[in-house]
Amino acid sequence: MAFVSSDTSVTQTLSARAVKILIAGGFGVGKTTMVGSVSEIRPLRTEEMLSELSSGIDDLSGIEDKTTTTVALDFGRITLNPDLILYLFGTPGQERFWFMWDELAYEALGAVVLADTRRLESCFAAVDFFERRKIPFMVAVNCFDNAPIYESHELQEALGIDNEIPTVMCDVRRRDSSKQVLTTLLEYLISLTELTKASSPMDHQRN
Amino acid sequence: MKMENEVWFDEDAGPLVRPYAVARGRTRPTRHDLEMTTLVLSANTDRHVNVDREYAHILQMCRRPLSIAEVSATLNLPLVVVKVLLSDLIDWGLIIFRSPPRTSDVPRIELLQAVLDGIRKL
Repeated sequence: MAFVSSDTSVTQTLSARAVKILIAGGFGVGKTTMVGSVSEIRPLRTEEMLSELSSGIDDLSGIEDKTTTTVALDFGRITLNPDLILYLFGTPGQERFWFMWDELAYEALGAVVLADTRRLESCFAAVDFFERRKIPFMVAVNCFDNAPIYESHELQEALGIDNEIPTVMCDVRRRDSSKQVLTTLLEYLISLTELTKASSPMDHQRN
Repeated sequence: MKMENEVWFDEDAGPLVRPYAVARGRTRPTRHDLEMTTLVLSANTDRHVNVDREYAHILQMCRRPLSIAEVSATLNLPLVVVKVLLSDLIDWGLIIFRSPPRTSDVPRIELLQAVLDGIRKL
């Protein structure tokens, strides 16, 4: 509780702040499972109404009106300290909505792209999305039973991503494994920020 | 297919009518600085307030800081509608809010380090 009730003379402030990390990847890859394994609350679902041009997308020939679609997002919450709350948002299953939903990626600290080696191509859209939006991301390969095991460099090559981008194996059903993924992401984000700071002190100063 | 002269009442009209009725048809909040990770908290006030059910519910649940996404999930209303309702409550001085830190905030590294420390302690 951040305030004392019944004292109206004191200017009330809200000291806590929230940050977000996106968990992306293809349908059924374990996004909500990962959110649930580290969240302090049962994953919640929020919805947004997005407008899109329906023509040519759903093949509703002749209809060119804007339609409104409801898109859902599952998320969890981790209170890191009394003043800092981390929200983990699992991106909607249908990738085309990500581009319409500007707020989704806005000010995200970074992203985890979950991949399934049995159908690696299902995470290409997520990789593409974060590369275009210049949002730092890592790849976490969720190890399903009987899934082929690959080395990091093999996965990086298959995904066409830079070998600087952390690529790890994980089991998102396990809390410690999901936690390890988030730790890897944060260490990567810190290293990127330090690099930027070192390479362009002027930019940093201006910011 | 659009049927002329067709009128839908109550539940036939689907679940969207109620939230939009509460928001009085507005689909854009008066404030544009509300995001899904903006935190909101009920203002500390002794003023007696008489507000619609949805507003009262928000004030009740926001006795501790919640994100707009959590308010939306709990009320089962789309984010856009919740932002309209929260805009009203902010304008009436009944809710205070804090935006998420910006990328341009200088102590970026400290923020990331605090997130990392928190995750390690889980």
